[in-house]
Amino acid sequence: MPKPKSHGFDTLSLHAGARPDPATGARATPIYQSASFVFPDTDYAAALFNMERAGHVYSRISNPTCAVLEERIAALEGGIGAIATASGQAAMHLAIVTLLGAGAHIVSSRALYGGSHNLLDYTLPRFGIETTFVDARDIDQWRAAIRPTTRLLFGETLGNPGLDVLDIPRIAALAHDHGLPLLIDSTFTTPWLMQPFEHGADLVFHSATKFLSGHGVVIGGLLVDSGKFDWDQPAARGKFPTLTAPYRGFHDMVFAEESTTAAFLLRARREGIRDFGACMAPMTAFQILQGIETLPLRMAKHVENTRHVVAFLRQHSFVGAIGYPELPEHPDHALAQRLLPRGCGAVFSFDLKGTREQGRRFIESLRLFSHLANVGDAKSLVIHPASTTHFRMSAEDLRRAGITEGTIRLSIGLEDANDLIEDLSRALYAAGKS
Amino acid sequence: MRLAVAGKDVYAYSGTLAFDASRPTILFVHGAANDHSVFALQSRYFAYHGRNVLALDLPGHGRSSGPGLASVEAIAQWLIQVADAIGVPKVALVGHSLGSLAALECAARSPDRVEKLALIAPAAPMPVSDELLTAAAHDEPLAYALINGWSYSAGKQLGGNTWPGVWLMGNALRLMERMPNGMLATDLVACNTYMNGVEAAGAVRCPTLVVLGARDIMAPPKSAAALISALPNAQTRTLADTGHALMAEQPDQVLDALRGFL
Repeated sequence: MPKPKSHGFDTLSLHAGARPDPATGARATPIYQSASFVFPDTDYAAALFNMERAGHVYSRISNPTCAVLEERIAALEGGIGAIATASGQAAMHLAIVTLLGAGAHIVSSRALYGGSHNLLDYTLPRFGIETTFVDARDIDQWRAAIRPTTRLLFGETLGNPGLDVLDIPRIAALAHDHGLPLLIDSTFTTPWLMQPFEHGADLVFHSATKFLSGHGVVIGGLLVDSGKFDWDQPAARGKFPTLTAPYRGFHDMVFAEESTTAAFLLRARREGIRDFGACMAPMTAFQILQGIETLPLRMAKHVENTRHVVAFLRQHSFVGAIGYPELPEHPDHALAQRLLPRGCGAVFSFDLKGTREQGRRFIESLRLFSHLANVGDAKSLVIHPASTTHFRMSAEDLRRAGITEGTIRLSIGLEDANDLIEDLSRALYAAGKS
Repeated sequence: MRLAVAGKDVYAYSGTLAFDASRPTILFVHGAANDHSVFALQSRYFAYHGRNVLALDLPGHGRSSGPGLASVEAIAQWLIQVADAIGVPKVALVGHSLGSLAALECAARSPDRVEKLALIAPAAPMPVSDELLTAAAHDEPLAYALINGWSYSAGKQLGGNTWPGVWLMGNALRLMERMPNGMLATDLVACNTYMNGVEAAGAVRCPTLVVLGARDIMAPPKSAAALISALPNAQTRTLADTGHALMAEQPDQVLDALRGFL
């Protein structure tokens, strides 16, 4: 028999999970804008509800358009499956509540998106889930923070906004030594730049609002399971009863017995999406699918443009430190070369020398860069984290996260790099004169 | 459910339902480097439709303790030991690939114990390529990649499956990766060396269903022709556009074929 060939990343970006529509021949994935799906007979309906047959019942639980997107991201990440959620925040929440309950504990990198920090530091403690934040680069802090009640380790591939590169192989090994899974927010990198499962991560989520959809038109999240973590292994025994003990909410189903590899996904869909209900709309899934079709092309251009912009800023007298791991002075430069050989993405921060007022003048003088709270758009974006995305953090927490009053975060889009540089140059000049 | 079979701990998925001696019993027997979960949908259906279901983890697979059984004949003998362990006089057997050969051999050896036989993707003989045997002997990832690439039909290798949100190729790969070292090689050697398929088919006395994938290149339909001819009471269903991983690619069609038979 001829040796089988697996499909490449670009091919999977276009095809994984999708087929020409068997009903109409439509080549694009149809938007199945239907709340429910008709049962052929009562026995079939009962079988669908009881997981004796596979299929769609109600679009909160699953939807054909969303299912195409779920298969596609799972294929691109090298996972076994995924769940599409209402937002990246919903994906993170779904991951946590599928595994943890009151009394459980998380160890998390301190270098986080402000929204993730809000959930972990302010909201989840109200439900009995505590988080210890650690310096992402200090493995001893990670180790020391693990308690008997710890159930999850968490970090971002590239920490927001300082672009700390998470040493996933090392932290995954630590997690696994303790019978714990590692959850990764891979929003900034997308699977085109890094597949965290290859490095030992167990679960990945994305804010698909960003580079995956790529055009700043939708809010959506994706939670992907590697299928690698053995919830029944001796080191994990008794830690994850949601997956290994009978579940009264589904005929005493033991999810880890029902599916050897996909227990987490089953519980997340049969409980988390069913009960919390933060599902993705099919129109949103369609738009994210459209974005993913060109993900390889866009990410290459995002990275190329970012390198031009960083090179310009680096020689500008009004610019201080630049937090981009491709630069040799970045503390994670060597790690980035190892884990991110294709590049370090298109979001980075730099410090503007000067006053807070000059920072304001800089942002307001930009014309191509849009001042808003988002990243990963095809258009270039700018924000001042200390007064916006991270404004709830104390001065000490800001310092620890590598954010100063002068920190400016850029998300580099797909415009001509020369036009972006001209825009930045003019705004820097205006700020310098003010 | 957990059983003690020949002094070893054995796991069988039962749909989390208790065994009921008044009900007929079905044993599901998985293929090489798989476990009970490949029959998740089909076995759960029958568990909730009046049968005792035991979707087995063969010794050394999944949650059953090892060592693995080295031949089709040994697995066939073990299946009767399972029936003895639960104390049932007769069982229906549903086997896939290697499991279908074991079920066939079991039905031939113990016609008084097997009342119905369903063979999914059987072949007689079931030769395994030297490249795959060599890779499996060294537990190389190549072995899993070869099986995955050959098991799924070309259309299904890009997904679009009926189980929402599951990427079948990735799921199948992960399941195989969980096997202990040497298990895949043991299973493949068992397939490769079993030469009694056609003769065993002639000795089967119970009604038999054969389910084939039209695009199966691991156990091509033509490789089952002699076996089917030798079966005295067989019906055959061939699923269009389906490869070797029939339960994953066409879960409903496999279930419907079994429902019509069992």
